[in-house]
Amino acid sequence: MRRVYFDHSATSRVLPEVFEAMAPFYTERFGNASSLHSFGREARASMEHARKHLAALINAEPGEIVFTSGGTEADNLAIKGVAAYKGRAKGHIVTTCIEHHAVLESCAHLKRLGFEVTELPVSGEGIVDVGEAERAIRDDTVLVSVMAANNEIGTIQPIREIGAIARSRGIPFHTDAVQAIGKMAIDVKRDNIDLLALSAHKFHGPKGIGALYVRKGTEVDPQIHGGGHERGLRSSTENVPGIVGLGKAAEIARRDFDSTTAAMRGMRDRIIQRVPELVPRAYLNGHRARRLVNNVNFRFDFIEGEALMLQLDMKGVAVSTGSACSTGSLEPSHVLMALGLSHEQAHGNLRLTLGRENTYEDVDHFLAVLPGIVSRLREISPFNEARDAGGEGGSCVQ
Amino acid sequence: MYSEKVMDHFANPRNVGEIPDADGIGKVGNPQCGDVMWLYIKVKDGIITDIKFKTFGCGAAIATSSMITEMARGKTLDEAKKISRADVATSLDGLPPQKMHCSNLAADALREAIKDYEAKMAAKA
Repeated sequence: MRRVYFDHSATSRVLPEVFEAMAPFYTERFGNASSLHSFGREARASMEHARKHLAALINAEPGEIVFTSGGTEADNLAIKGVAAYKGRAKGHIVTTCIEHHAVLESCAHLKRLGFEVTELPVSGEGIVDVGEAERAIRDDTVLVSVMAANNEIGTIQPIREIGAIARSRGIPFHTDAVQAIGKMAIDVKRDNIDLLALSAHKFHGPKGIGALYVRKGTEVDPQIHGGGHERGLRSSTENVPGIVGLGKAAEIARRDFDSTTAAMRGMRDRIIQRVPELVPRAYLNGHRARRLVNNVNFRFDFIEGEALMLQLDMKGVAVSTGSACSTGSLEPSHVLMALGLSHEQAHGNLRLTLGRENTYEDVDHFLAVLPGIVSRLREISPFNEARDAGGEGGSCVQ
Repeated sequence: MYSEKVMDHFANPRNVGEIPDADGIGKVGNPQCGDVMWLYIKVKDGIITDIKFKTFGCGAAIATSSMITEMARGKTLDEAKKISRADVATSLDGLPPQKMHCSNLAADALREAIKDYEAKMAAKA
């Protein structure tokens, strides 16, 4: 059976080139980058080489890159490290209601410590309003954090404009760019970014490695204390193979940016165009144009997302869903709810995230199996055009 | 995360449909929560002779609906009433913990359908 991977926002394959670059650093060039002997020096040199490639991808200086264990840690370091700088115990943070949990939970943690947090709403298409961001900023605002692009619905946020506003007010601006890297152009200078979180495994690097860009002069307190690695901002012996893999993935992402983004955009647009033609009552979530080149997110009336995801999996197509049944809670995704969708609409949601290695054959396989699966699940469902789910109500706690 | 039996009942659900002249109908769940089950029964001489379902929900919701139709068919009403949520889960070789509550509504739907039948009988008498 043909297997199609359309879940690149969950994780992506380590490219062979990346894997080959990493391998020697496990077996032969295994030195500790802090050691002064030749083993240490070659590890250090390779790490700094990787740092240059990563910096080039986002137009930063190598000295502004702090390697972390991934996107979550980078977000935590940025938010807690800036807001609670030098023991600051209160202040105001502006963020959005569609951030990844790494951001929202870091903010929630600070809230418990005495900070105040404003979560900006989004439009029905999932975009933050620049004016609303500007109005939310107060005299005691210590950090503004707005994601570059959303992980579920792929909407691209006006970070350059919001960054400019924060900059003019002298407030550090952080962006979670975990989903954006390799799919849209990011330039930390042009986009007025002070802190940027990224993760290697979302763009064909290895898991367990990421980075935080910290603009020179931005005041950040470390969250992991120890031997003073990464200019004191992130202690712990450097994950040299991971860093080398991240550097190689960044080099490839930059090298192949035009061709890979054009290819993904073409496939994305074909899916977005064909699905509503093939399946009645299918609706695109998010913005039609201001979305990542690799993101497709549909909802289907009368059926539930996990069932749809599992049926597609049986046909070899790997996708994801933000339905409550997939999250383990009783609530569907906070992002879909923020769009103003009803619970039942949010339950019937399907996310496809393309990668550079997908082909039109993959797209056509998906388009061939989808209509039959949806109509079969609709046959099982008690709801249909004549009998809508709306109006039923009650408590979700069984 | 799902057992083979769950996946079998999910992929090939038994007794999907409605019974237009059902003797009892049980409707449980809430679309807001992502799970709704409608269960239809035909009863003759105190025995469930036919049973069908329609379900909106996840893999576990569909599998438990399918499973209970197999468990209840041919049973007396008293026997059917005794089928518990745990019995349904056990017959499917278990459900993931987070599915035990939200998606394991089939036993409730069956009891509601029997209650509906008994209320109709009581009204007739």
